[in-house]
Amino acid sequence: MRKFALTLATLVALALPLTAQADDHAKKTHTAGDITVSDHWTRAMPPAAAVGGGFMVITNAGSEPDRLVGLSTPRAGSGEVHEMKMDGGVMKMRELADGLEIPAGGSVTLEPGGYHVMFMGVEDGFKEGEMIPVTLVFEKAGALEIMMPAGPVGSKMHPGHTH
Amino acid sequence: MRTIRWTAWILVVLVAGLTVAVLVSPNIRDNLLGKPGTGSGVAAIGGAFTMVDHTGKPVSDRDFVGKPSVYFFGFTHCPDVCPTSLYDISTLMEDLGPEADKLNVSFVTVDPERDTAQVMSDYISPFDSRIVGLTGTPEQVSDMTKAFRVFSRKVNLEDGGYTMDHTATIYLMDAEGTFAGTIAYGEDTETALGKLRNLIARS
Repeated sequence: MRKFALTLATLVALALPLTAQADDHAKKTHTAGDITVSDHWTRAMPPAAAVGGGFMVITNAGSEPDRLVGLSTPRAGSGEVHEMKMDGGVMKMRELADGLEIPAGGSVTLEPGGYHVMFMGVEDGFKEGEMIPVTLVFEKAGALEIMMPAGPVGSKMHPGHTH
Repeated sequence: MRTIRWTAWILVVLVAGLTVAVLVSPNIRDNLLGKPGTGSGVAAIGGAFTMVDHTGKPVSDRDFVGKPSVYFFGFTHCPDVCPTSLYDISTLMEDLGPEADKLNVSFVTVDPERDTAQVMSDYISPFDSRIVGLTGTPEQVSDMTKAFRVFSRKVNLEDGGYTMDHTATIYLMDAEGTFAGTIAYGEDTETALGKLRNLIARS
């Protein structure tokens, strides 16, 4: 009996890293503290493009608001949190100097035509199907590492979603 | 009483005649209502320009006469709207199929400092191959944006770089180069397709 239990434990121990790895690969959400990031994606960049945008849904389960204050990725020189606004037909993009507030118990969607994280100084442009490692920095929840799948150039939705 | 009746009838005939004349004769119509794009009272959109296409060849508005044209303005250091617009327009052209061959479609930079012909050529390469990239000297670009009433302004970013605020509207011109309408940023696909089909059908 003891032998059986040991074998079972060994099997479970062996299987665990496998499941963990599989989970990691297909991970749909990333959590740090009260902050959860889901539906995160970026898109392939046209050749010669040095900038790109990243999109996601950020949910704050806490009772205090938090802020996305910065980001970094080894693939870009720098990253900023931006807001895109249409003002009488004019496209205006601005850095959110104080970061993007994620309200307590609420969520904020970063999507084309609205908020986005902007990658600047990208030398090796993102290609469709690549996974881009990004570290998001929240004022309270701290750093959160995510992997952003790159969808087709110019696409307007998460590569996992289909029409 | 009879005189009044006669006067009324004469007036009716005159008004009807004038209406027919206005509808039938382009000259009278243009004189009375103003020719779109050139007449007084109507804001002229479009006009003469000289630019350089993405192959490095000098082009002017005359090169786009004969087919209706679609112009939209942007820049390559643009993370969101510009690739989205190029993607949307490519999708519309794909939906139009061979009909899209009857259009000139141009992506015009508002950032000539960074967007050389080579950069434009690379940037538009993933999109519909019928799209032409236009750039030029800062003066040429400024003249063209002024002609199209396109707003653009350099805005400095914290990291030392800059971005461009710019009009994201898509401009439609008829085969003579006269302003024929717009497609707004984010306008739904069916409406946009309808406008392009109309533009092709009218020319």
